[in-house]
Amino acid sequence: MKLSARIAAPAAALVLAGLTATACAPQTSDTSSEGDKKTGTLRVWLFQEVGNKPKQKVVDAAVAAFEKSHEGAEVEVEYIPVDTRAQRIKAAFNDPKSAPDLIEYGNTDTAGYVKDGGLADISKEFAAWDEAKDTDPTAKQSVTVDGSVYGAPLFVGVRALYYRTDVLDELGIEPPKSQAELISTAKKIHKEKPDLYGLAVGGAYTYGAMPFIWAQGGELAEETGVTYRSAINSAKARKGIEAYTSLFGDDNCPAAKCAAMGGNATVTAFASGKAAMAIGGDFSHAAVEAGAVKGKYAVVPLPGVKEGSIAPAFAGGNNIGVLKSSSHRTLAVDLMKSLTGKKTQAEMFDAMGFLPTYTDVLESAAEKEPFVGPFVNTLGAGAKFVPASPAWGQIDASLVLPTMFQEIVSGRKDVAAASDDAAKKMDTAFAEAG
Amino acid sequence: MTADTTTPRKTPVGPGAGGVTARPPRRRPASPARRSGWTPWLYLLPALVLLGGLLVYPIYQLGLISFLEYTQAQVSGGEPTTFQGFGNYATLFGDSQFWQVLLATVVFAAACVVATLVTGCALAVLLTRIRAVPRLALMLAALGAWATPAITGSTVWVFLFDPDFGPVNKVLGLGDFSWTYGRWSAFALVLLEVLWCSFPFVMVTVYAGIRAIPTEVLEAASLDGASQWRIWRSVMAPMLRPILIVVTIQSVIWDFKVFTQIYVMTNGGGIAGQNLVLNVYAYQKAFASSQYSLGSAIGVVMLVILLAVTLVYLRLVRRQGEEL
Repeated sequence: MKLSARIAAPAAALVLAGLTATACAPQTSDTSSEGDKKTGTLRVWLFQEVGNKPKQKVVDAAVAAFEKSHEGAEVEVEYIPVDTRAQRIKAAFNDPKSAPDLIEYGNTDTAGYVKDGGLADISKEFAAWDEAKDTDPTAKQSVTVDGSVYGAPLFVGVRALYYRTDVLDELGIEPPKSQAELISTAKKIHKEKPDLYGLAVGGAYTYGAMPFIWAQGGELAEETGVTYRSAINSAKARKGIEAYTSLFGDDNCPAAKCAAMGGNATVTAFASGKAAMAIGGDFSHAAVEAGAVKGKYAVVPLPGVKEGSIAPAFAGGNNIGVLKSSSHRTLAVDLMKSLTGKKTQAEMFDAMGFLPTYTDVLESAAEKEPFVGPFVNTLGAGAKFVPASPAWGQIDASLVLPTMFQEIVSGRKDVAAASDDAAKKMDTAFAEAG
Repeated sequence: MTADTTTPRKTPVGPGAGGVTARPPRRRPASPARRSGWTPWLYLLPALVLLGGLLVYPIYQLGLISFLEYTQAQVSGGEPTTFQGFGNYATLFGDSQFWQVLLATVVFAAACVVATLVTGCALAVLLTRIRAVPRLALMLAALGAWATPAITGSTVWVFLFDPDFGPVNKVLGLGDFSWTYGRWSAFALVLLEVLWCSFPFVMVTVYAGIRAIPTEVLEAASLDGASQWRIWRSVMAPMLRPILIVVTIQSVIWDFKVFTQIYVMTNGGGIAGQNLVLNVYAYQKAFASSQYSLGSAIGVVMLVILLAVTLVYLRLVRRQGEEL
C-alpha cells in the first residue's frame, strides 16, 4: 500500500498539472505569413464543379504556362467539394501550416473571410495589373472590402427568367415585360394549366427574391459610414417583398410546397417540366439542358417595374484569393493573375460557360454564344451586390431572409412585422461585426 | 455491496437447485476496518485519467469558450479573443427564440420518450406471448430499424412522406399534402421516425428483462386470475424497475439531444425555423454562423438541464427505495 500511495500521488499531480497546462485558453492560430519564398510548391484549392473535367483542363493549361515562366515553382491543384467548402476553408484558416496558398471562394464570403483574417490584401498588385482595368465594376466590388482588394474575380453569375416557349405559345401569351405582368402571367398559366407552377419561386431562394426588392428601389441595407443599417423594412423594399410573396399561393406556387424550396429546387422544377417559368442563372443552363424541357425554353432578362426595364440582378460568382498565411506571396499573386486572367477566363467560358468578369471578354463571349445574351444584358443593366460587410455571411447562414419570406408566405406574419423582425436581426449582426 | 454484508449468494437455477444452501460468508483476515484510503483510488486511476481526458477536459473547454467572444475571426487569428463574462448567456436568455426552442424541445422529447417506452414495453410483452416465427419476424424488423443509420432512416422517411412522389400519401389518399409544411405535422412525422428507430432498444432490453423473471411468478399471477395489464403493473414492472430506469434515462438523453432527424427531415429546422430543437439550434448558431461561443453556451445549458433531469429522476427513484 505504501508503494501505491507513492505512485498515485505524483501521478494524480501529473494529471492535474497536464490539465492546467494545456487548458489555458482555446486555440487561436497565427495566420501571418513567414517570408516570401521565390521557389517551392504552391497549393491551390478550387471548387469541384458538376462535370469538372473541362474546368480541370483549362486550369492545367494555365498552370503549365505559369510553371514554365516561373522556374523552381510547382503548383498542386486540389478540387474541393462545394458542399463542404465552408468547413474546409475555415479549417485552412485555423491551421495555416496545412493551408493552401490560393483558394477559390464564393464572392458573398469575401468580407467574412477578410474579417477572419484569412485573405491577403493585394490592392497594390491589383492596381498595377494592366488586365484588371477592364474588370466589370460589380465584379470588382465583390473583391473589395473597405477600399482594399482581396482577390481577383474568376467569373460572375447572374440570374434571368427562363420560360417554356411551348407553353406560352399554346396559351398565346408573350413573355412578360414588367414585374406586374410577370406576376399576372404566372397566375394565368397556373389557372390554364393547374399541373404547372406559373413561376417557380422558393421561400428560401434569397437570390431569386432580391431582384424584386431592388426593382422597386428597395435595398437590403444602407451604408452609414461606419457600418450598415438594414433597409429591408423600408417602404420600397416592402413593396418588393409583397410582390415576391404574392407569387406563393394556390394561384401560382402553393405555399405548402414552395415555402421550403431554394434556388436549386425551383430550377429542378423547371427542368423537369413542372414549372412554366423560373428564375435561373447562366450556371443553371447545363441542368436545364439535361432536363425534360430541352429545346422548349428560352431566356429573357427578369423584367423590372417599368415596362421593358430589367430588374437589377444579384451579381454572384467566384473569386480567387491569396491566403494571408502563404509563404510564397509574390508567386501566389502571379499564379492568381494567370488563373483569373483574360486568356483563362475566355477559355473557361468556352469550357464551362462561366461568364467572364472583364467587359471586353464578356462581349466577345456573347457574340460567340447567343445563349448568354440575356445574362450579359442583365449584367449590363446594372447588377447589384450584397452588403460588403462581414455580417453578411452570418445573416446568410442564419437564414434571416428565408425566415422572413417563409413567415410571410405561411401567413404567420404580415410583410410589415416580418420585415421589421428581419431588419432587427440584420442590425444586430451588423452591430456585432462592427 | 461489500463483503461484510452476509447475504447468502444465490446460485443459478440448475438441477437440484432447491437443495443448494449458501456457502458460509468468507471473512477477511484481521483488521478490516482501517485500511489505506489510497487503494480504491489506485484502482480507479486508469478510469479517472481516461474520464479526465475524454470528458472533463472537453466540458471544461466548452464552459470556458462559453464565457469568451469566440467566432471564426478569433479562431483564425483575425481578432483577439476577449472575455465576455456572462455575455453569451445574457444574449441567449434574452433571445425569445431560445425560449420557444427550449419549450419545443422539452415537449417534443417528452412525447418521444413516452411514445418510445409505451411502444417498446408493449411490444416486449407481445414478444413473450407469440410463437417463434412471428417473434423472429418482429425481432428482425426491430433490429433492422435499430441498425439503420439515423441519416438513412430520415432520408427514407422523408421520401416515403413526400407530397409528390411518396407512397404514403398515395395509400392514404392524401393527395399532395405536405407533411413538413405545418408545424405539428412536421413534428409528428419526426416523432414517428424517432419512435421507429428507438423503440427496438427499449423492446429488446425489456424483453431480456422479462425473460429473466422466474416463470413461476408469472404463472402464479395468471393462476390467481390477473389480467395481462394487471400482471404488467403489479408483477413485471416492479421487477423490471432497474431496467426501466435505465431505458428511461437513456431515452430522455437521446430524445432531448435529437439532431439528425430534425436536421434532415425538416431541412435544418423547418419553415421559418418552426421545428428547431435545442441541438439543431446550437448547431445553427455554433457552426452555420460560426458563433462558437454562443453555441457553447447553448451546450452548457443543455448539459445542465440533462444533468438536472437525470438527478431529479434518480432522486425520485431512490426515494421509492430502489438502489441502483
